[in-house]
Amino acid sequence: MSQVVQGRGRTGFIAGFLLAPLALYLTFVIWPYVQTFGYSFTNWTGQSPTFDFVGVDNYSALMKDEVFRGALWNNLLLLVFVPAVTILLALFFAFMVNAGGRGGAGGVQGVAGSRLYKVVYFFPQVLSLAILAVLFGAVYRSDEGGLLNGALIRLGLVDRLHPVEWLNEPNLVLWCLLLVVVWHGVGFYLVLFSAAMQSIPKDIYEAALLDGAGRAQTFFKVTLPLLWDSVQTSAVYLGIAAMDMFVLVSTMTSGQFGGGPDHHSEVMATVLMRNFLYFGKSGYACAMGVVMLVLTMILSVVTLRATRRERIEF
Amino acid sequence: MGSTGEGFGRRDLIKRSAALGLISVPTMSFLSACASGGGDTTKGPDKGVVSKENPFGVAKGGKMDVVVFKGGFGDDYAKAWEAAFDKKWGTTSSHLGTQEITGKLQTRFNGGNPPDVVDNSGAQRIKLDVLFKSNQLADLTPVLDAPSLDDPTRKVRDTLIAGTVEQGTQGGKFVSLNYVYTVFGFWYSGKLFKEKGWTPPKTWDEFLAVCAKAKEAGLGGLAHQGKYPYYINVVIMDLIAKKGGLEAMKAIDNLEPNAFEGNADALAAVEAVYEVVEKDLLLPGTNGLTHTESQTAWNQYKAAFIPSGSWLENEQLKQTPDDFDMQFLPVPLLPGSKLPFEAIRAGAGEPFIVPEKAANKAGGLEFIRSMLSREWSTIFAQQANSLTVVKDGVDPGVKLRPGTQSAVTALKAAGTNTFNYLYIDWYSEMDTAIQDASNELMAKRIQPKEWIRRAQAAVNKAAQDPNAKNNRRS
Repeated sequence: MSQVVQGRGRTGFIAGFLLAPLALYLTFVIWPYVQTFGYSFTNWTGQSPTFDFVGVDNYSALMKDEVFRGALWNNLLLLVFVPAVTILLALFFAFMVNAGGRGGAGGVQGVAGSRLYKVVYFFPQVLSLAILAVLFGAVYRSDEGGLLNGALIRLGLVDRLHPVEWLNEPNLVLWCLLLVVVWHGVGFYLVLFSAAMQSIPKDIYEAALLDGAGRAQTFFKVTLPLLWDSVQTSAVYLGIAAMDMFVLVSTMTSGQFGGGPDHHSEVMATVLMRNFLYFGKSGYACAMGVVMLVLTMILSVVTLRATRRERIEF
Repeated sequence: MGSTGEGFGRRDLIKRSAALGLISVPTMSFLSACASGGGDTTKGPDKGVVSKENPFGVAKGGKMDVVVFKGGFGDDYAKAWEAAFDKKWGTTSSHLGTQEITGKLQTRFNGGNPPDVVDNSGAQRIKLDVLFKSNQLADLTPVLDAPSLDDPTRKVRDTLIAGTVEQGTQGGKFVSLNYVYTVFGFWYSGKLFKEKGWTPPKTWDEFLAVCAKAKEAGLGGLAHQGKYPYYINVVIMDLIAKKGGLEAMKAIDNLEPNAFEGNADALAAVEAVYEVVEKDLLLPGTNGLTHTESQTAWNQYKAAFIPSGSWLENEQLKQTPDDFDMQFLPVPLLPGSKLPFEAIRAGAGEPFIVPEKAANKAGGLEFIRSMLSREWSTIFAQQANSLTVVKDGVDPGVKLRPGTQSAVTALKAAGTNTFNYLYIDWYSEMDTAIQDASNELMAKRIQPKEWIRRAQAAVNKAAQDPNAKNNRRS
């Protein structure tokens, strides 16, 4: 059999496997994107198949929409803090669990009980965001029945008659939500980083130890560079999560689809949903969707580019 | 409005978050799910012969597609109705009781194959103004002009409590039958008041005095459903209506440029509510609580008053102690009020609609007419423990709970002195903006003057709505 025939046969084989998924992808992913883009130029109400084209009106209105701009700003804040805090914590814990123990006779090991920690840390990831919202709703409850308020009142740090209204405080609400996301994410990324760390050959660590490297040096000079691919991927994922945030904000904060108090916890997705389903401005909401899509794509590209480093082979 | 009616109040956190979980996955993919369907379908249902007994020409043996909001009233009443309807008309009814009206119906409206009757209520109801704008609502005026089932010599229109038609009118068309009659105001525990020797206040000063006594006794004065400022807005708006009279209320509904700004009565009302905040008479933490959390705290005798509609008793059945003795109180008066103390906001909630493109539109209209019969009204009162908009529509044999009974008494005392705001159904954005302002006011972050400024800004913005021309009341 000639090389050419063999090549063709393979191409046909590959194409056969690719075409069906590609068709599905085009129908169910790409086409809706195109449709949304189309709707963003209309005054569609979302409740009727009839609408008019309004050109770029929705986009120019969006530029002037203070609520949406505030939401965008909040998303950007989260975009900075969610990945940074989650990854730092996860890296720290993962390192402690895998290589943070007192080096025995040349061995590299985690702190005592590290196996248990790994399991326990993973727990939050198992909970769905909806359950999480209820759980933390009870933690942040604004009267003395809340876990935080109850504890602080017992400790005498908060006046029983004036409890902290966590999610109803403009300056606290976003940070309260951030904490939930981080709490939820750290365990997963810990396990992810642990797996990556375990694939690092022990001899590298042993060599470092023999050369007299301390924990910090081992981490920064050995572990982190070898983990970089995982960190990069995590940053993109967490970044996308920070651009969304819909479930938590809409269930935990006040306002139609959340965002309260007074738009202080607003994210783009909540503004979008309110306009889409509640105000009957679905065309306008589609324009927001397009903006979100573009921003998320820029984000992914930028993160991957900015964090690009020379790959270390081992 | 309605059993679990007005959006802001009735959100069951868990259910809601579960539902949101479904649509929260990447924004774009959810948008795709909402893409509008193709053109309309042309299925012509068989028409029955129009007669006196069958004014809309319901075809015998057809199909009925009924979707009801399954909230505080459950949906047993609807099943009983459907059975009665099927028996009479030989139809086959399909029943769906759900909390997710929007989720289940949006694609059907878009695709042109909506159900025949919808109880469009709950947090996820489809906004009526939006449906109306999209020409998706059938005109229900023929039902009003049809003969009543109880007495064929009277028109259905004449068997309804006043205000029902106005409430269900959008742009001059009667498009939704708000079936459950609801009164709004404060609620208190008869038992607690008896124990403490407090008398139900008639003026705002007396109201503040009771709140102050409650505080001395270690309780909160006013509890409110802080996470949903819809409720405290009832108090603010009712104070405005009672002090300034119906003119003040209509000025708001009609989006007058001086609805709030430059209106001394409005400012006085907002300042009165703010006094509760300033004198620290709120139940601690109430600003951040959901409706169930604050209502339950109130049921545990932690606060003297709570504002709500008359669905409250039904909603709190499980949390209410047996001897709680729930009582209704009209919003107390400010000095120099134009309306008497007895005046209350009363209106119809739980909007039933017939979609314009319903396959069995005649059946839908007949269903609505049947709902307004004494037989069906009594079924509702028994199954859902609430009153309907049918005048004397409940058999005297049905025994009511204390809260509902006190609401009925208050309604009788009010006589013709009932009023009702319409902007909530007409202008969702304005309503939301005012709610946001109220949340800030109750948290002491803005002053009454700023509230007035923000409310007026919301009114001015709503005035640019193309519907503002049609939605006028007189």
